[in-house]
Amino acid sequence: MAEALATVTRVDGLGMISIRADLARAGEAIADAAGLALPDMTRITTDGSRWLGWMSPDELLLILPAQDHREAQTALEQALAGEHALVADVSDLRAVFDVIGPHADDVIAKLSPADLAAMPADGLRRSRAAQTAAGFWRVEGGFRVFGFRSTADYLHLILRNAAIPGSQLAPR
Amino acid sequence: MSHTPPFRLARGGRLIDRAFQVPFRFDGRHLRGLQGDSLASALLANGQMLMGRSFKYHRPRGPIASGAEEPNALFGLGQGGRFEPNQRATTTALLPGMMLRSQNCWPSLDADIGAVNSWLSPIFPAGFYYKTFIHPRPFWKHVFEPIIRHSAGLGRAPTDPDPDRYEQAYAHVDTVVVGGGIAGLLAAQRAADQGGSVLVLEQTAIWGGRTPVDHPGGQARIDDLLADLRGRGNVTLRRNTMATGLYDHGYLLAREALADHDPNQGIPRQRLWRIRAGHVVTATGALERPLAFACNDVPGVMLASAVRDMIVDYGVAPGQRVVVVTNNDDAYRTALIAADAGLEVSVIDARRTADGDLPQAARARNIPVLMNTGIAKVKGGRHVEGVVLCDAEGEGKATGGIDCDVVAMSGGWSPVVHLWSHCGGKLTWDEPQAMFRPNPERPPLGADGQGNVSATGAANGDLRCAGDLERAEQPTMPVWCMPRNAPYKLRSKMWLDFQNDVKVSDVELAAREGYASVEHTKRYTTLGMATDQGKVSNINGLAVLSKALNQPIPQTGTTTFRPPYTPLTLATIAADARGEAFQPLRKTPMHDWHARNGASWEPVGHWRRPYCYPKGGEDRHAAVNREILAVRRGVGTLDASTLGKILVKGPDAGRFLDMMYTNMMSTLPVGKCRYGLMCSENGFLMDDGVVVRLTEDSWLCHTTTGGADRIHGHMEDWLQCEWWDWQVYTANLTEQYAQIAIAGPKAREVLERLPGSIDLSQDALPFMTWAEGDIAGIPARVYRISFSGELSYEIAVPTSRGLELWERLHEAGRDLGITPYGTEAMHVMRAEKGFIMIGDETDGTIIPQDLGLGWAISKKKTDYLGKRAQSRSHMKDRSRWQLVGLESLDGRVIPDGAYAVDEGVNPNGQRKTQGRVTSSYHSPTLDRPIAMALVRHGTERMGQVIEFPMPSGEVLKGRICDPVFYDKEGARLNG
Repeated sequence: MAEALATVTRVDGLGMISIRADLARAGEAIADAAGLALPDMTRITTDGSRWLGWMSPDELLLILPAQDHREAQTALEQALAGEHALVADVSDLRAVFDVIGPHADDVIAKLSPADLAAMPADGLRRSRAAQTAAGFWRVEGGFRVFGFRSTADYLHLILRNAAIPGSQLAPR
Repeated sequence: MSHTPPFRLARGGRLIDRAFQVPFRFDGRHLRGLQGDSLASALLANGQMLMGRSFKYHRPRGPIASGAEEPNALFGLGQGGRFEPNQRATTTALLPGMMLRSQNCWPSLDADIGAVNSWLSPIFPAGFYYKTFIHPRPFWKHVFEPIIRHSAGLGRAPTDPDPDRYEQAYAHVDTVVVGGGIAGLLAAQRAADQGGSVLVLEQTAIWGGRTPVDHPGGQARIDDLLADLRGRGNVTLRRNTMATGLYDHGYLLAREALADHDPNQGIPRQRLWRIRAGHVVTATGALERPLAFACNDVPGVMLASAVRDMIVDYGVAPGQRVVVVTNNDDAYRTALIAADAGLEVSVIDARRTADGDLPQAARARNIPVLMNTGIAKVKGGRHVEGVVLCDAEGEGKATGGIDCDVVAMSGGWSPVVHLWSHCGGKLTWDEPQAMFRPNPERPPLGADGQGNVSATGAANGDLRCAGDLERAEQPTMPVWCMPRNAPYKLRSKMWLDFQNDVKVSDVELAAREGYASVEHTKRYTTLGMATDQGKVSNINGLAVLSKALNQPIPQTGTTTFRPPYTPLTLATIAADARGEAFQPLRKTPMHDWHARNGASWEPVGHWRRPYCYPKGGEDRHAAVNREILAVRRGVGTLDASTLGKILVKGPDAGRFLDMMYTNMMSTLPVGKCRYGLMCSENGFLMDDGVVVRLTEDSWLCHTTTGGADRIHGHMEDWLQCEWWDWQVYTANLTEQYAQIAIAGPKAREVLERLPGSIDLSQDALPFMTWAEGDIAGIPARVYRISFSGELSYEIAVPTSRGLELWERLHEAGRDLGITPYGTEAMHVMRAEKGFIMIGDETDGTIIPQDLGLGWAISKKKTDYLGKRAQSRSHMKDRSRWQLVGLESLDGRVIPDGAYAVDEGVNPNGQRKTQGRVTSSYHSPTLDRPIAMALVRHGTERMGQVIEFPMPSGEVLKGRICDPVFYDKEGARLNG
C-alpha cells in the first residue's frame, strides 16, 4: 500500500492571543512585545517557536507555546496601554493540525480554494477546508492548519480523507 | 433477407490487445471481449447490434455513435451499490467480469412488450400527453401520473449505498485547454510558449481525438506533440477528465475518472476538479450529424465516423456490407477504411458532384459512388437489411436498392459549443458549412469585461484543423430531410431524437400548432431532452423547425446549452461530504460526556445539543419531565457552551452597544449583567441575551446559539460600513469558553462544595451580577443569571477545562441528585416563566412591543437600531398580535403553531384568524398544559376563550391568561 499523501497530527500545547489595534500606530509596539517582526499583509513571521500572523487590517494573532502565554499577554497589554486596542486570550478557541508529507500541498488543494502556488513561503491564508473555516501557513515539510475547536473532529477527518494513499493530484 | 451481424475483423484495432480476452456478462449471457474494447465494440464483436430500446415506442436500438453523444446504447452497469444506470456503451471501457443490463425493456431486450407503443405510434404524436391527460381532471393525479411515472426514466436508480470514495480538488491555471485532439494540443503548445501554466483536459483515456483515425500519419503527429508538451514544465496533461461546465469568472468544473476501471484499489473513484482558469480554450471538436431519412433508426444505421472508429480503433466491423450515405467528403474516409478492412462498400452522395481528394480516392478504389442520390427508406426491422434509393431532390420514388448490413450516414458536423455557450458565449450561423459556431466577437466575458474563452479547431468550425495532414475537400451540402421533398409518410419515419422518438413529422406538427420558439418546441416534442441532451438531434431538429416555420435557421436559434456536458453522478458532486464528513458537527467540550450519558440529541445549527438524557427506558417526554422536576426541586446542569460570547471593547463601545440593543448598556455598572434585545433596522427582534459589563471599556455580549456568528457579523457590518470612525473592537470568543448553567434551589450548595475564590453568597453575588476567580482550581467567571427562574449560576471557563468543571460539579452534587438537563427542559422552564425564545415567539415579523418587552426599550436614548422603524404606523397599530399565555380548557396541549380562528372568511374563502400558538408544552411543574400565543388585542382580553380548530375537525379551546405561569414574584431566583 502506498504511503499517505501526508500525516495529519493534532498539535496541542499552543497558546493564542488575538490582538486588534491600529497596526500603523501600534504595530511596532505589538511586535516588540511579541518578540517578532510585524508581518506584512497576509503574511506570518516566526522565530521558530512563536508566530505572529496578519489576520486582517487591524488584527494579529500571536501563537506561542502555552507556557509563555500569560507573560506575553501581559506584555502586550502593557505595550498597548493607552491605545485603543483589544487583547484577548483565544488559546482554547482553535484546533491546530500539522499536515506534513511529500504531497501536503495536494491535501490542502483538495479542501481549500486558496491558490497555493500564489502563496508565498511566509504566507498565512484564512480560508476554509471543505465546509468549515480553516487557515494555514507553511511549515517545514507541509502546512500548519488551524480551525475552530468545535469542528476539530470534522477537520481532522477531512484532512485524513484528503491524504489517503494513492490519491495524489499529479496526473497518472 | 439474410444479413451479416457485426463481427471482429481479423486484423486492426489500434486500441485493443488481442492477447488479452476479457469475459463479461450481458443480460446474463457470458461473452468475451478484448482488452481495450469499449462496451459497444465488445458487444458488436460478439454479433450484438441490438443494445437498447427507445424511450417512447420501445423500438429496437443499436449504437449510432462512438462517443459521448451516444443516445441509444445505454446500460445499467454493475451490481449492488456500484450499480449505475444509463452508462454509455461507447465511452465505457470493458473490464473483466462486468455486468451489463439492458434498460427500458420488459420482459427482455429481444422481446419487449412495450414495443406495442410503436404500432400505436400514429396515436402518440407530439404533445400526446398534454392533449390526452387533461380530462377528466382527477384522473391525472390518480391514474395518468402514476402510470407515466412508472414508465418514465430509462435506467433504474441504484438502491444500495455507493461503496466508493470520491473527492474534489481545486486548481488555479493560467490557461485550460479542453480537448486533447490535435487542435487542443496545438493550442496548448501556443499557450505554453507564452510562459503561463497550461492544463490540458481530455475526456477519454486516449490523446489525439479523431486525428489518428482520420489521417494517415496522424498518430505520429500526435505523438510528436505529446512529447513536446510533456517536456515542458508549465504544461499538465490530464486524461480521463471531462470538462462538465463553465461558470462565471473562469470557474470550470471537470470530472476526472481515477479508478472507474478498478474501484477496489482504495483510491477515490472520481475527482471533481474546481478550476479557476485565467483563460479557457475550447478544443472540444465537433459531432457528426445524422441524416433524416425514413427508418434511419433501424439498428445498423450508424454515424459514418462511428463506423470507421469501430474498424480502426477496435477492429470491429458493424457488418459485412456497408452503404455510406453522405452530403460531404469526410464520410468517404469511412468508405476507404471499410474497403481497406475488406468490407463491401458503396457510397450514396446527395450532392451533384464530389471531386475532392477523398471521393476521387474512393472511385480509384472501385468503390461504387452514386451522386444526387438519397435513401428513400431503410429496409429491415431489428437490423438493417438494405436501402431503397431515390433521387436526393425528389419525393422518394424508388430508383434502386442495395442490400447491406450497415448504413454509415453523415449529415455534416456540428462544433461542440457547449462550454463556450454555458457562460454566455454567442453563436453565429456559418451558412457555407451549415453549422453554428462560436462568434469570436461575442465570447464569454471575464471579470474585466474581456473575453475569457476562445474556441479552436473543429470546435471553432475549423473542421480541417489538422494542417498539412488535411486533403482538399469540397463543400458540404445541407440536407435536413432526405429526399428533399419526402411526403408525410416518409417524414413520419425520419428520426431526429433517437432516444426520445422524436421524428421530423413531430417537429412539423409542433410548428403547425403554433410552437414558434425552439425552446417551446423542445419541451412540447421532447426533442433534445434525452440523456444525450440533444447532442445528436439538436441541429437537425431546429433546421426542420426552421423549414416548417419558413424562416432561416439563425432566426430559429438553438436551445440553451447548460452544464453538465455529460451527466455527473451525485456521488461525484457530494465527494467526501458523506457519512461522518457529511457536515461539520460542532461539539462542545462536554459532547462526549453527553453521548456517554445517553443524550438524545437535537440539532442546533451545526451543533448537536442534548435534548434530554433518557434513563432506564424512559421516553423523551418522561426524561424532560424528570429533568425539570429535578431542577425545580434540587439542582441541574445545562451545557450552555454554544451560546454566543462576543467581546466588545473600546472608548465608543458603550455608545455602540446602545445602538445595537434596544435598552441602555452604556450605563450598566462594572460587575453587573443586563438582559438585552437586539432589533434589525426594520425594528424586528433578531436576538437576545445577557450583556455583561466587564471593565470600564469592555462588555461581553451573550447571543443565542444561532446568533453567535450572525450577530458578530452584524456588529462588524455596522462598525466597518457605517460607524467606521467609532473606536470599537469586537472579538467572537464563543469557542474560547465552555459555559455551564447550574440551576435549582441547591445550586449554591453544590457550587460552594467546590474549593474556590469566589464568594457566591446572596449578598456578595446578587441576581444579575458576576464575579471572577477560580472554582475547583479552574479560572472562571460566574454570572448570576437565570433562564429557568430558579437560583442559577452560569459559569464560564476555558473550553479545555469545561469537561473537568462539569464532572466536578456532578461529583459534588451527586448526593443532592444533581441532574443534567437538556434543551427541552430549558425550553419548558423558560415558558413556565413566560420568557420568550428567539425563533419561537419571534419569526422575523415580531417587534419587542408585541411581546410585552416594552420595559427593555430605553425611552431615554435618542436612537437604537430599529427605533425609527418601530415608530411607523403599522408597528404602532394597536391591533398587532400581542403575547399572552393560554390555558387549555380540557387539559390537552394545544399544538404549537395552531391558529385561533376569528369570525368570517377572508377574500380567499379561508377562515379569518386572530392569533397563533408560539410555544406549547405540558408543564410538569404545574402538571398541566401551558402555552404562549400571539393574539389580537391579547393583553386586553384576559379570561376570554379563543378556539383552535384542528385538521381532524375537533376544536381546542384556550383561555387567555398572563404568560408568566410560575413564580410570578420571582421569589425562587434567590433559592
